[in-house]
Amino acid sequence: MNPSFSINPVSDLNQLLQYPFMVNALQAGTIVAVIAALVGWFVVLRRETFVCHTLSVMSFPGASGAALAGLPLAPGYFLFAVGGALAIAFGSRVGGRRSAMQESAVVGTVGAVALGLGFLFLSLYGGILESVETLLFGSFVGISAGQVQTLLVVAALAAAVLAVIGRPLFYASVDERSANADGVPVRALSVIFLVLLGLAVAAIAQIVGVLLTFALLVAPAATAQLITARVRLSLALALALAVSETWAAMTLSYFTNVALGFAVTTIALALYAVARAVRELRG
Amino acid sequence: MSAVVELRGATVTRGGSTVWSGVDIELAAGEFVGILGPNGAGKSTFLELLLGLQALQAGSATVLGAAPGERRQRIGYLPQRRSFDESVRVRGRDLVALGLDGARWGTPLPGGFGARRSAARARIDAVIAEVGAGAYANRPIGECSGGEQQRLLIAQALARSPELLLLDEPLDSLDLPNQASVSSLVQRLCREQNITVALVAHDVNPLLSYLDRVIYFARGRAVSGTPAEVITTDTLSALYGAGVEVLRRSDGRLVVVGQPDMPAHHGHEH
Repeated sequence: MNPSFSINPVSDLNQLLQYPFMVNALQAGTIVAVIAALVGWFVVLRRETFVCHTLSVMSFPGASGAALAGLPLAPGYFLFAVGGALAIAFGSRVGGRRSAMQESAVVGTVGAVALGLGFLFLSLYGGILESVETLLFGSFVGISAGQVQTLLVVAALAAAVLAVIGRPLFYASVDERSANADGVPVRALSVIFLVLLGLAVAAIAQIVGVLLTFALLVAPAATAQLITARVRLSLALALALAVSETWAAMTLSYFTNVALGFAVTTIALALYAVARAVRELRG
Repeated sequence: MSAVVELRGATVTRGGSTVWSGVDIELAAGEFVGILGPNGAGKSTFLELLLGLQALQAGSATVLGAAPGERRQRIGYLPQRRSFDESVRVRGRDLVALGLDGARWGTPLPGGFGARRSAARARIDAVIAEVGAGAYANRPIGECSGGEQQRLLIAQALARSPELLLLDEPLDSLDLPNQASVSSLVQRLCREQNITVALVAHDVNPLLSYLDRVIYFARGRAVSGTPAEVITTDTLSALYGAGVEVLRRSDGRLVVVGQPDMPAHHGHEH
């Protein structure tokens, strides 16, 4: 039976949940949305969206490298994303200090090397890697219960780390000089945060794909911060937006066969555009 | 009563070269002291030394009765040249709160109504009222004017009820009325709460009627005294080892002429 969308939400929900793969997908999508919103909120605050984009590109060599080595794809994703995060964290330092100019150069270079390595692994592998389209734009058809568990572990770990470093990370993100003078380990926090971002990106890229990870991490958080300047409210709003955008995109994708990544980005972009337009109109 | 800050024969080096050496400085409780001197003379370095962020090469330093850095919780600090552009979507109030507990590990969870949380909230309301920032503390900091941002940042530095307040160029990039109102705010805090204030400035004029004393850094040395004693042709010429002339204009503003490294700052009208 082909799924068909109706105005009856109960029948829609029943259709959505009739296949185990779809239940796994919804669970995975929800976990991914939560972690994307939490980590992405700090990405937007710290203006590290370029780093975030580059780390999502790391998933390409991660996946093709894992295929080449005959491993499952997930370890490849995590290894390359975290490796990229460490390369950026330490490569951006000049004489022990974070340098904005070096960071931008290192991030760009790491991104280019990642793409090059990805193609190298792919050509050495020779075979067909799932399909490159799925790798780039995501698919929720093949998510296993095991993958959902891996995601849950990564998400719990990231949330636990954020719960411990949340306040000083916020301090270092908005007011680095004061935080540093107040004894906040600003440099260590920036490394920890980048590794956390690498983990989150690797987890998200497995669901929405390499190219569109960025949208789920950045758009809900940016939209929330546009709507309110209250810290807790904007965090809660980012969470609510990311989860509802993911559910909406999965529903849309399920009933229409539109690629998931496309659905997520379109919905996320539309909400961001509305929030932005409202702000601009209000002056 | 012992001094709040005491430097004896203090020498500080940075990147292999000496910033200043053999400096003796004392700050008494409740004093409002202006830290002056040309760019690169080591004014900010002086504040960093007091915070324990800068090591002492020789001599001794005592801050609030202990080695620099040990009494950090009792010092309020406003770093140099911070401003927040419009894209920073964080309320002024949240920034002030970071001055109270920003360095503490953990994450404040929503809906907290514990005793500590309400005490913190009351303290933040109080410092915001003290600096007169109540009208805009709930606006995003990026939408506040330079003067408003500076008042909020001073509130942040005051959050822990410090005994010593270190302000690095708080008047920088403010217009003249705001320079005057921030100077008078700092003097009032100093007098009413007996806070010792060291304020770094590159122009003494907006501060002249408020300061108790100035410390003038130049050429690796420091001279201290009342503005009338220090900002004179003789004292500054001796400090610089060059012909410097101090002129008093009919409106009372001081103009330092021929000062190396910073020709147009003193008395220059913004």
